[in-house]
Amino acid sequence: MIGAITWLISQSRAVSEAVVIPHGLIILGAVILGLIAVALAWPVPVMLVRASWPARMPVMSLLLWQLIGLAGGSSMIGALALVGLAIAPRHPWYAMIPAALFAAYLLAHLGVTMFQVTRQRHRHLALLQLLTSPHPTRTRTRVIDETTPVAYCLPRGMQSVTVLSQGLLDRLDPDELVAVIAHERAHVEQRHDLLLLAFRAWRAALPGFPIAARAEAEVAALVEMLADDHARREVHDQVLARAILAVGASGVPGSDCPESESTRMSDRFRRLAG
Amino acid sequence: MGTLGELERAVMDAIWDASGAVSAYDIKDQLAADGRELAPTTVLTVLSRLEKKGFVTSDRSARPHRYAALGSRADHTAELMHSVLGEGGDRTAVLERFVGGVSDEDAAVLRQLLQRNG
Repeated sequence: MIGAITWLISQSRAVSEAVVIPHGLIILGAVILGLIAVALAWPVPVMLVRASWPARMPVMSLLLWQLIGLAGGSSMIGALALVGLAIAPRHPWYAMIPAALFAAYLLAHLGVTMFQVTRQRHRHLALLQLLTSPHPTRTRTRVIDETTPVAYCLPRGMQSVTVLSQGLLDRLDPDELVAVIAHERAHVEQRHDLLLLAFRAWRAALPGFPIAARAEAEVAALVEMLADDHARREVHDQVLARAILAVGASGVPGSDCPESESTRMSDRFRRLAG
Repeated sequence: MGTLGELERAVMDAIWDASGAVSAYDIKDQLAADGRELAPTTVLTVLSRLEKKGFVTSDRSARPHRYAALGSRADHTAELMHSVLGEGGDRTAVLERFVGGVSDEDAAVLRQLLQRNG
């Protein structure tokens, strides 16, 4: 994004020096970039949310979502820059103000989200230190003495930690536990936390923009599918399905907030059965 | 989470198990009874770390200084579990759970898979 801005600024300089680019062309460029930005902000993500193939190709879909996010933001900034230039062609620096403000706004949200998430993880890690004991055999795995069956990872780069509750260990057989741990390890190794962070920042930057929330839910579900695929290389689909039921089915403590509000999260389970 | 983390846990456990405020020497004796010999300075270092993190509070008017837990073990467990089980996207970005709730419909799909494959 910064690259795009500097490119635009250098372009605008060239424009002001040479004044060869006709005004109409700048307006045309602004309109085209604006249309791309609108397309990436609404119809394209909606189509992707409604499509069924992303459940079969989670890697490709996640790449597409990142592309949509990056290209959407850049085209919006570019459109603002060109609009500014069309309005004030003789003052390229002033013309860049709206674009620069929008870019700064997006970056600020990314920064704030990173700060919040880091702080919450820090607090969580401090609590883990006091309340959990190291797993007797597995490295970077800690056990919390809780009857609710939960398994999760706290991503912190090299210091990532996987947490299992005693209730989970009591409930799962060794194969199912392998599935759970492989799933969590995939999250850590593939740095899914960075993806989720970026999309959370996007949602925070655009409140009241339902697509951003849908995108975040979509990415969260796709990331779960990737982690499932990782687990499926180590255990049979049935074993993973049993583990999911043992931890998430209704009647199990802690399972009272279904994540299935998005159909994509349901796809996560359906693809195991398919 | 190295040995320092484990020391913090041991010291915090000693404070939680004690009734009321304790001094660093009480903690040292308690840990020694559990088979963990620590120098008083080590206990004090760990205590100051715990205080900085907001887990203990100290009464420095007493000699020796006395330390008490800010919140019980149950309080902190509840806070931890809330951040794990709580709703919303805020949690998703902080930690990644194996699975949240599975709706009854999805559970039926999974059970079908298990039945079909015996």
